[in-house]
Amino acid sequence: MNLEKIKSDIEAAVPGCNVQIVVNGSPSGQHSLLLERQHVFEIAKFLQDDSELHLDYCSNVTGVDWLDTETSEKVKVQRLVDGVEQEVEEIRKTRSPGYLEAVYHLYSMEKKHGPLVLRQRTENRTDQINLPSLTPIWRSAEFQEREIFDLYGIIFEGHPDLRRILMWDEFEDHPMRKDYIEPNDYEYEPTPHDAVLEKSMQH
Amino acid sequence: MDPELKNELSRQGIFTTTLEELYNWGRKSSVWPLTFGLACCAIEMIATTMARYDLARFGAEIFRPSPRQADLMIVAGTVTKKMAPQVVRLYNQMPEPKYVIAMGACAISGGPFKQGYNVLKGIDRYIPVDVHIPGCPPRPEALMDAFITLQKKIATQHLTGVDRPRHLNPDAPSEFIVPEFGAHDLEPPKNLKLWHITSNSSPKIPSTADNNEPGKD
Repeated sequence: MNLEKIKSDIEAAVPGCNVQIVVNGSPSGQHSLLLERQHVFEIAKFLQDDSELHLDYCSNVTGVDWLDTETSEKVKVQRLVDGVEQEVEEIRKTRSPGYLEAVYHLYSMEKKHGPLVLRQRTENRTDQINLPSLTPIWRSAEFQEREIFDLYGIIFEGHPDLRRILMWDEFEDHPMRKDYIEPNDYEYEPTPHDAVLEKSMQH
Repeated sequence: MDPELKNELSRQGIFTTTLEELYNWGRKSSVWPLTFGLACCAIEMIATTMARYDLARFGAEIFRPSPRQADLMIVAGTVTKKMAPQVVRLYNQMPEPKYVIAMGACAISGGPFKQGYNVLKGIDRYIPVDVHIPGCPPRPEALMDAFITLQKKIATQHLTGVDRPRHLNPDAPSEFIVPEFGAHDLEPPKNLKLWHITSNSSPKIPSTADNNEPGKD
């Protein structure tokens, strides 16, 4: 599938939308389209209805947790040292906030092509974690969006039945988030190694 | 009664027994398991009951679909934390005398899912287990061996005295606390009246292989 063409088709069909191509550098080269949340619904409708693409089947929806990242770079600055102006190296740190991501894999049963990979991102990982649900368009996304809600905590707006699906309703954490702290009910293990060995030393 | 005299009498065609032996023989020869499976071990449990392995030879062919009519619970498979309260509740609903076989690595310790946040690390945290079977999954022969072990256990129980079985001891508990779903884990995470392993008693260094085998009663 030619992503450039799909991107321009989408931009022609849905005016005012901004679609980015997220490049996958691995040998599989499975690039994806990053969508803006304001236009996701119209874009999804277009992808499903378009006679050429006709992506009628959503095979997989999954979540990704991207932590806040801190990049540091060395910068040379002029600085007064002992009354003399010198060039000093300084490390400047930039923080970029993390986000949660929902990834959709779309296929066409009729045209026998796919997958087309769509991505949606939340604003951050804490309070702005809403995304529009695509269940009204692809019914098969229903349980998988519930699973993402359960394990990552993304709130899907427009989902018909957004409840936890794997953990119990009283559960408050989101286990697949990278900062999840699991309950300390660990016990002795006969052949521990690596991280397990560390844990087993504590007990 | 003197065992030699008993042998001599039986050679002469006179069968002698005690009430205790007769009672235990009746109990051990018709143990009715509860029909329920949790994961892949259940497939082996089903195979054990079918024609090839035929658990009916030991008097346990009637799997009851109601806990009220069952007296053996075979915990066959991974007990997730979401499922654990239901398993304990089913156990509590069984009438005495009742026995538990923990079948497979998951039921006895969490097995390959031991590190998981969502898996109970052994059903013996909430209910008393009579026989543990290691294996992933244990073969039908292993389940039959566990069953025979349980029958031997029943046969040697004394009906009076301090070591009498739980159903003849009015002070012994027959129901155990059902854990509740908490915000981060089950509440309580284990029943301390049943779970005696303290955190300091476990060896720090991996020991030799023969120490690692889960004990059988």
